[in-house]
Parts: sequence; structure tokens; C-alpha cells
Amino acid sequence: MDRINLDTKARDRAARIGAAREALGTRLTGKQVETDAIVDLLHAVLKPGDRVCLEGNNQKQADFLAKALVRLDPARIHDLHMVQSVLALPEHLDVFERGIASQLDFSFSGPQGARLAKLLSGGRVRIGAIHTYLELFSRYFVDLTPKVSLIAAHAADAQGNLYTGPNTEDTPAIVEATAFSGGLVIAQVNERVPDGTPLPRVDVPADWVDFVVQAPTPNFIEPLFTRDPAQISEIQVLMAMMAIKGIYAEYGVQRLNHGIGFDTAAIELLLPTYGESLGLKGRICRHWALNPHPALIPAIEAGWVESIHSFGSELGMEDYIRARSDVFFTGPDGSLRSNRAFSQAAGHYACDLFIGSTLQMDLLGNSSTATLGRIAGFGGAPNMGADARGRRHASPAWLKAGEEARSHRSGAAATPRGRKLVVQMVETFREHMQPAFVERLDAWELQRQAGMDLPPIMIYGDDVTHVLTEEGIANLLLCRNDEEREQAIRGVAGYTAVGLGRDRRAVEQLRERGVIRRPEDLGIDPRDATRNLLAARGMRDLVRASGGLYRPPKRFRNW
Amino acid sequence: MTAIPPGLETLDFRFAGTRAVPAFAPVLVGVVGSGNLEVMLEPGDGGDCAVHVQTSARGFAPVWQAVLDDFHHRHDLAGVRVSINDMGATPAVVSLRLDQAVRELRP
Repeated sequence: MDRINLDTKARDRAARIGAAREALGTRLTGKQVETDAIVDLLHAVLKPGDRVCLEGNNQKQADFLAKALVRLDPARIHDLHMVQSVLALPEHLDVFERGIASQLDFSFSGPQGARLAKLLSGGRVRIGAIHTYLELFSRYFVDLTPKVSLIAAHAADAQGNLYTGPNTEDTPAIVEATAFSGGLVIAQVNERVPDGTPLPRVDVPADWVDFVVQAPTPNFIEPLFTRDPAQISEIQVLMAMMAIKGIYAEYGVQRLNHGIGFDTAAIELLLPTYGESLGLKGRICRHWALNPHPALIPAIEAGWVESIHSFGSELGMEDYIRARSDVFFTGPDGSLRSNRAFSQAAGHYACDLFIGSTLQMDLLGNSSTATLGRIAGFGGAPNMGADARGRRHASPAWLKAGEEARSHRSGAAATPRGRKLVVQMVETFREHMQPAFVERLDAWELQRQAGMDLPPIMIYGDDVTHVLTEEGIANLLLCRNDEEREQAIRGVAGYTAVGLGRDRRAVEQLRERGVIRRPEDLGIDPRDATRNLLAARGMRDLVRASGGLYRPPKRFRNW
Repeated sequence: MTAIPPGLETLDFRFAGTRAVPAFAPVLVGVVGSGNLEVMLEPGDGGDCAVHVQTSARGFAPVWQAVLDDFHHRHDLAGVRVSINDMGATPAVVSLRLDQAVRELRP
């Protein structure tokens, strides 16, 4: 038997390509596979137990290849080990239901979370671990290297060079790990350019790609980051005012990442109005790690934004991005080049602030979006919302937060260093009067149900620096012990049971020390928080602000 | 026949206030819509601030008590009748509407 540490992988790869040639015959020309030969190709190149990366994140999907995978004969191909960012499509779980795959490592399963929990309890899937994006990509290069990767690109040329278009996203990380480890890369493309016609640009060189197949329909893309300003509430406007005045201005935050949602969309839409009135232009929010949020258009147009590096693209923003190449990362062809791995690294190491929302927060500040009966995973939030312990470069915001964090510590914990600002922005009650503050996270029960090693906590309490609600801002950096931290959280938890359970005197003392700051402490009258402050009050305003360059998907064209 | 549509809960609160409001025209803020509420202030009898709540969200009397206690603590109104038609607004929205209504009080 061959030693496995010589060149078995390279020979295995050559053998699989040979098997594909034999199986496909004239349906394979160079690297080009005929559309209806895809199932035969997968049967030829896959083996039971293979580790397979199926490209699918919260935006772009290799949906044609996902459908093909489901059509495989489980008697021939079974026990695949799927490694992928996101379980978004039904097919991502169909492969487990049909017995084609049995093992799973992933990051996020939002839309399929409930079904995944059922398959897990039914024994149809074994979960290795639930990761963050960056963590999963990292493991592609260590111990979860794909044998076969199924990716999505916009176009291919005759040689097999790929153009991803603006939704480059996970593709470079997946291809790099696969192509340089004796694996096989199979790409679905929306179109093939005729021989001799150049691609707009080459995102993946042909010699990293083994097979190209044209999908019958363009790959699915979800407009995940579009928020209609019409749905932003006055309370969200109030909280956005507090974020801008009480945190962004206070620390001079120049480089940041915003989570997804209406809370942060409100901040984006307040920069050119409320932010401008405070004289903050140029002093805050100049550099971003951010998807191309349509809600940021008014701030970009008002000259607030110098640069945005994006994890992915956003449907309808293509022409606007092209016309604002000073701000966005674009290729010589003019279109966006996104990159989830680099943007996650940028958000972790080069941003001074992350602000996002959550479903539940406990008295330690731990927050989770896990709900019972659903295995949702993490995505990128834990990397954005964590202190970067390996960071060494300084910035005023980072140093100020670090000073506050260390002012009441001693020994090693008092060693001078900075601190990432991690802000959790939540209304005390969500829809249907569900409290955002709880004594015990559902995550603990979910851990028990699903037999996980740890409760699925999105952002750990000791990474959170500020909790922002409509009642005020709690600066956890200034809390000297766990009791103070608990009262600081209770002190902004409003009329939830957690909030009503506060020690009123302790909370007033925290307020005197500036640990808790109410809107009036910041010079904000909640009655001034009206929707009139929003730089755009509906989708139409965003289109207008973009000079007609932003073209929202149909479902958002509501005027 | 009942004046209250089925499913609604009515709650009444009364606070002894010290800040008597001079004669004023009735004030109406907000709208009755999902997650929102309507607040009306009218001159009341005597020195109390009386609050009448009709809400579609049943079972939150203790939260209403806490929200209105704080409202009273902030404004200490006397001689005002407050009527609230609520469609499941959060306490934050309720407090905001109450404060907006008080700001509109003028002779």
C-alpha cells in the first residue's frame, strides 16, 4: 500500500479527472461540462466519505450544484462530509435526508435551523462543530480541507478562468484551500463567454479550476442587507442618536462594522442629518468593513465615507458601486470585488467598533440568537464582536476603550493595551413583548437538547463593552465587578422582568459615575427622535439619493 | 352588547399629582396601529391624574403600572384625564407617546 504522505493526493486527483473523462466522453470538452452531464460528473469524481465544500453563504448560492448533489445515487455516493458556510437552501439538508451526506461542519443555518435540529435529533446528520466564517475558512487549511469544492461564479471563458462578478464572497478561500491540496474544483457559471472574448476580469485563474458547467438559471442571490427605511421606528431613531452621540462621538470611532438590521440602518441614515448637526463629519465613520448597505447611500453621497470593504455584494447596488469606485473595492472592470475572508479579518483586526443586535442577553452580558428547536449557528458576528487579542496597532478609540477597561484592574490585566468597542444595541422588548433581557439564555437549553459542548453564545459578555437600549447606554468597561455589571445591565433593561428587578440605588450610583447614561444625560430629548431625522424615509428616497443608480430588487419597489 | 371589543383589556390607574395643568385644549398623539398607540389628554376632575387604558395585549397590568408610575414620577400631573388606545406598543413607545402628549399641553 502507498504511503499516504508522499503524493497519493495528486495521483488520486489525476485518477478522478481520468474517471470523469471516461464517464463523460464527448460531454466534456477541456474543462467544460455539458449541463445535463453534471450528475454523471459528480458520480465519477466523488467517493463515499469525501469531504465536500458546497459554496453557499448568506448571499450567493451554488444552487445548481446543490440540486445535482441531491440527485446522486446514495448506493454509490454516501457519507459525504459537507463543509460549508451557510445552510440556506432546502437541498443543503436534502443530501442528509437522502443519505448522501452524513457529517456536517458549518457556520450558519438561519433559514434551515429548525429542520437541521430535527435531522440532528433523528440521527440523520452528525455535526462536527458550528463555527464562525473565519474559523471555518481557517479549518479549510488545516483539518477540514475539501476534497471536492462546488462553487458558483458569474462567467467562465473557454479555458476555465472565472469571473465572479461583485459576489466574490467565499469563492477565493474555498478555491485556494481545495486547488492547492490535491482537491477538485467544480464551478457552476451563469454564462460562458465565447472563445476569444475576454472576461471582465479574472477572479479565479483557470488552472485552479477543474470543471465548469453552465447552470440553466443564474445562481440565486439573497438581498439580505436591504432594509426599507419606512420600517424604522422612532425608538430605533432614538437609539441611533444615542449610538452616534454617546459612543461614536465619545470615542471618535473612525473604523467600524455594522451588523445587519433596522437598528444599525437607522444609524447609517442619521449620519448626514443628526451626525452632521453635531459636527461629526470627518470625525467618525470614515472607514467601514460592511456589505454595500443601501441605507449608507445618503452618508456616502454626503461625503462621510472614505472606504468600504465588503464581505459580499448586495442586489441592486451594482451600478451605484461602479459609479463610486473611490469608496468601494472594485476591479479594473469597474465591478465590486467582495471577499468574505478578508473582510472578516478586516472587521476583526482593523475596526475599532462593532455594533449589532441580538435576541437575548443575560445578566453577564452574554448574548445569543439561538432559540429553542432551531440550530442557527453564528456567521460572522463573533469575529466582529470580539476583542482582537492579537491586535497591536493603536488608534484613539481603541486606546480610550482600553484605558477604561484597565482603570480598575491590576497585575497582568492592567498592562496597557487597547480594546475593541463591542456594542449590543437592543430594544428591551422585541415583537410581541418578548423581552430581550433574560435571566437565562435559551442557548443553555439548546445545548442540552442538541448535546453541544458549549451553549451557542453569539457574543460573550466579557467581550461586550456597551449595551445600548432605548433606556440608556451601559458602559460595561467601567464596571468594577460582576455585581456592578449586573446592575448596569438591569439599569438599561427597561420594563422587562430583568429591568424591574434592578436595585434602584445601585443603578443611580452607576448613573452618577457615568456607567449608565440616559438620553437626557447625553443631551437627547427622546421627543426629538422622529422619523424626520432619517436621511431617507423609504426605498424611493434611497434610489433618489443614489441618483437613480441604486436599483432595488422588485420586492422592495413599493412606491 | 358591549362597548369593549372582545379581546381587549381595560385598565384604570389613578395618581395623586401636584402639578396642576392650567385649562388646555385636548391633545391627541399617535395612531392606533400594530405596535403603536393613541394617547389623549383632556382636562380632568379634581387633582388626580386618571389613566384609562384599552389594550389589545392582555396580561401586562404590572408593566403598565410600572410605566405609568415612571410617567407620573416624570411629570406629576394633576387634573388631567389620560386615555390610551393601545395595539401592542412596547413600553418604550408608550412612554414616548405620553411624553410627546405632555409636550403638546398648552392653554
